[in-house]
Amino acid sequence: MAEPTPIRPAGAEPHAAGSIAKPRFDSAAADPYLAARSNHFVSDAAMNHLDALEAQSVYILREAFNKFDRLGMLWSLGKDSNVMLWLAKKAFFGHIPFPAMFCDTGKKFPEMYAFQERYAVEWGLNFVRRDCPPIEEIDPTLPPAARSAARKTEALKRLIAELDLQAVIAGIRRDEEATRAKERVFSPRGENAEWDFRDQPPEFWDQFKTDFAPGTHIRVHPLLHWTELDIWLYIQREGIPLVPLYFSRDGKRYRSLGDMDITNPIKSDADTVEKIIAELRVTKVAERSGRAMDHESEDAFERLRSAGYM
Amino acid sequence: MSTALSSAPDARPHVDIAPMKLVIVGHVDHGKSTLIGRLLHDTGSLPEGKVEAVRAMSERRGMPMEWAFVLDALQAERDQGITIDTTQIFFKTERRPYVIIDAPGHKEFLKNMVSGAASADAAILVVDAKDGVQEQTRRHGYILHLLGLDRVVVAVNKMDLVDHDEARFRQVAEDVRHYLAGMGIVPAHILPVSARHGDGLATLSDRMPWFEGPSLLQALDELQAKPLPVELPLRFPIQDVYKFDERRILAGRIESGRIAVGDTLLFNPTNTTARVRSIEAWAVDGPVMSASAGQSIGITLDDQLFVERGHVASHRAEPPVETNVFRARIFWLGRAPLETGRRYKLKLATMEHTVEVQAIERVIDVADLSQRPADRIERNEVGEIILRARAKLAVDPFVDNPRLGRFVLIDGYDMAGGGLVSMDGFPDQRARNEPTSQNITAVEHRVTTNARWQANGHKSGVLWLTGLSGAGKSTLAVELEQALFRKGWQAYVLDGDNIRFGLSADLGFAPEDRAENIRRVGEVAALFARAGTLVITAFISPYREDRDRARSVAPELFHEVYVKADLEVCETRDPKGLYKKARKGEISEFTGISAPYEAPVSAELEVDTGSLSLAESVERLLGYVEANFGLNGRE
Repeated sequence: MAEPTPIRPAGAEPHAAGSIAKPRFDSAAADPYLAARSNHFVSDAAMNHLDALEAQSVYILREAFNKFDRLGMLWSLGKDSNVMLWLAKKAFFGHIPFPAMFCDTGKKFPEMYAFQERYAVEWGLNFVRRDCPPIEEIDPTLPPAARSAARKTEALKRLIAELDLQAVIAGIRRDEEATRAKERVFSPRGENAEWDFRDQPPEFWDQFKTDFAPGTHIRVHPLLHWTELDIWLYIQREGIPLVPLYFSRDGKRYRSLGDMDITNPIKSDADTVEKIIAELRVTKVAERSGRAMDHESEDAFERLRSAGYM
Repeated sequence: MSTALSSAPDARPHVDIAPMKLVIVGHVDHGKSTLIGRLLHDTGSLPEGKVEAVRAMSERRGMPMEWAFVLDALQAERDQGITIDTTQIFFKTERRPYVIIDAPGHKEFLKNMVSGAASADAAILVVDAKDGVQEQTRRHGYILHLLGLDRVVVAVNKMDLVDHDEARFRQVAEDVRHYLAGMGIVPAHILPVSARHGDGLATLSDRMPWFEGPSLLQALDELQAKPLPVELPLRFPIQDVYKFDERRILAGRIESGRIAVGDTLLFNPTNTTARVRSIEAWAVDGPVMSASAGQSIGITLDDQLFVERGHVASHRAEPPVETNVFRARIFWLGRAPLETGRRYKLKLATMEHTVEVQAIERVIDVADLSQRPADRIERNEVGEIILRARAKLAVDPFVDNPRLGRFVLIDGYDMAGGGLVSMDGFPDQRARNEPTSQNITAVEHRVTTNARWQANGHKSGVLWLTGLSGAGKSTLAVELEQALFRKGWQAYVLDGDNIRFGLSADLGFAPEDRAENIRRVGEVAALFARAGTLVITAFISPYREDRDRARSVAPELFHEVYVKADLEVCETRDPKGLYKKARKGEISEFTGISAPYEAPVSAELEVDTGSLSLAESVERLLGYVEANFGLNGRE
């Protein structure tokens, strides 16, 4: 019989197995919890970094799907949420068993709307689009760009109420921005979608918060542990389609996509995925530097997120 | 260090290597955030403009350059001057990338530290050279042990405040080493540093010529990443079952071991088997034939078994332990204390079960590792408990396989604690009374049990006496047998003397052997009872599960009698001198001393030999027997 092939091309063969210490029943002095030490595990090169990230995200998506009957995924049309949809197809074997939700500010780039129309059909999405409320309905004390961005928060709140959602999957990452670094994978939101960053639940051993009071909901973050570079390496490996604005035209490209009026391109000649990866390996400029709302004041973004922004 | 380990240069760009996750722990104000901020700066990892921003931030608050501000992204933190939560920060060396999880030092924030440390590969324990080992140094060290984190580098910080004194460093190093040794942690390195000035971080310091190194970064680069448990027995907890199309896919993550198409899998707790027909995947070239630990996969089976979330697949030769009761060492984060008798939801891998705290054995003082008895475990405390579930769980002792040997407890909506499983003192309950042979057919008897009762003049059954050694089981059994015999009854005592020397001569006193012994006694007692005899058994039979199984052989004939006496009373009686030997450590696994006794919950009869005399006790038993085994019209 042919030798079974691993799910990913294997690298080096694993080292010889270490022996496993058996608990000692014959001595009261032996500490039954002290043993699983250093060399009981051997290395296995079958999984590389991207495999590990993918496996973890798939696990998170499956947990969310199992635990929440009424679940939706935010699809912002950006690179991260495309990766997220791709991972959902991996998790559910080609299916996406929940709606892909898009809160439309009406101010996205034309290329984004074109992308949305094509892939909502091509990927077989249960696509849900809702308009964001006008700016007049938003907290006027917020700085202008943050106030504009807050329209999405409001639209999302209404969508959660309309679909009676228990959980929303969002593609935020810890490396994007300092307040997102504080996040949990399963992050509870209060009755008004607010985030209490001072009192977050513990989260360890891949046991997530899946029990919650009526009226509250959970934000699920399957990409939390990915970096911007990981995202691009994965896009490269899997061949995931993207809005063309990420690629350089006339010496400029968008590193992060938002509304037209509050998102700026960066100087770049990177017009392929490979060149973008090369660029990211050396850059010291923050990914969201082109997003105005992050920089209006020291705590603008923190305030946005406390109020329920993604 | 051996040169062979570092000879082959890694051709791959280092960013594609999985980052090593570091958790930074230590007492509040010992300088964790400063160390991180400076480490980021010294490795050239700070985004453009950040140094200037931190300088401006420091000046605005009237402070000298404060590296801790690098991390203090939240307004709340800057105001309080303490880090309130876990952040993740990336930096890289020539060898590999790192992710720093900044764990806080504030006492109330253990849950955040646990959240960060549980996913870490290695820890830096920061200790103030002036203050030395403090409460949270110890507490955090203990949590590292509970989380199984054994790759630890100790940074003795603020060496500038003790004039870079070598003797002071050695003293603090010795204190830390001593404490960590008590938990089985041997730090990879203990290093003198002065984070504020960057001394000993990326490079060694001229101000501490007496220290030969390595620097903190060198020490980190030397650490080996913890590999995946591929060589442990297969554990594949089912996460979900999908029927999106014609395929019925069992989805889950392989927690340990490997799985291949064609493997025969044993499913727990149903104890059914089936073969792997396929490993399913989307957007992968070619069929997948095998997978290993860490991978999230889906499989189809050749047989449509009942399988659902929480069931665990293994290979038949190496199944997990099956049990409804186990010991655990836990850390408690709940707002309300953990208490004996309370019920919680237990989550272990993908399993969820209601468990009851059967006993709290001890609370551990992390300051000096001393233990004390307690009936509750408060928030932020560590203790050892016995948990009981209504159903059987598939678990592994933590020391054998951490992936199925750790769990969390949910109180209401909140995750309230985490724990490690130990089966110390408890047997594997994996079914031993399933017939191994398939070709067994029951013979139909022509003499009914009822006909035997009529002939004997009394009913038959099993009087199952359970209790501690010295409670009086054998004495009572023999007295009762004699009294019944005098009345013309068919009665017979089964005890250690006539079972252990023959039928169970091959068994010792380990938990599994005890369980098997009791299984045999249960079967034999039921045979006697069906043959018309009133059987009186006199065995400690400490495990509730074993007694329940003995009952299940002939439930209609089974009567559990709790022969009750306190441990102190039994120890005073000590008819065979066994307690004395057990106390001296000459007998291991002695019930009540070094092995558990699980008292009956709903015994048919309780005889308290601690307060009743022997004659009174026998009287109670006789009364019970006559009321329950007598035939109408004769008694």
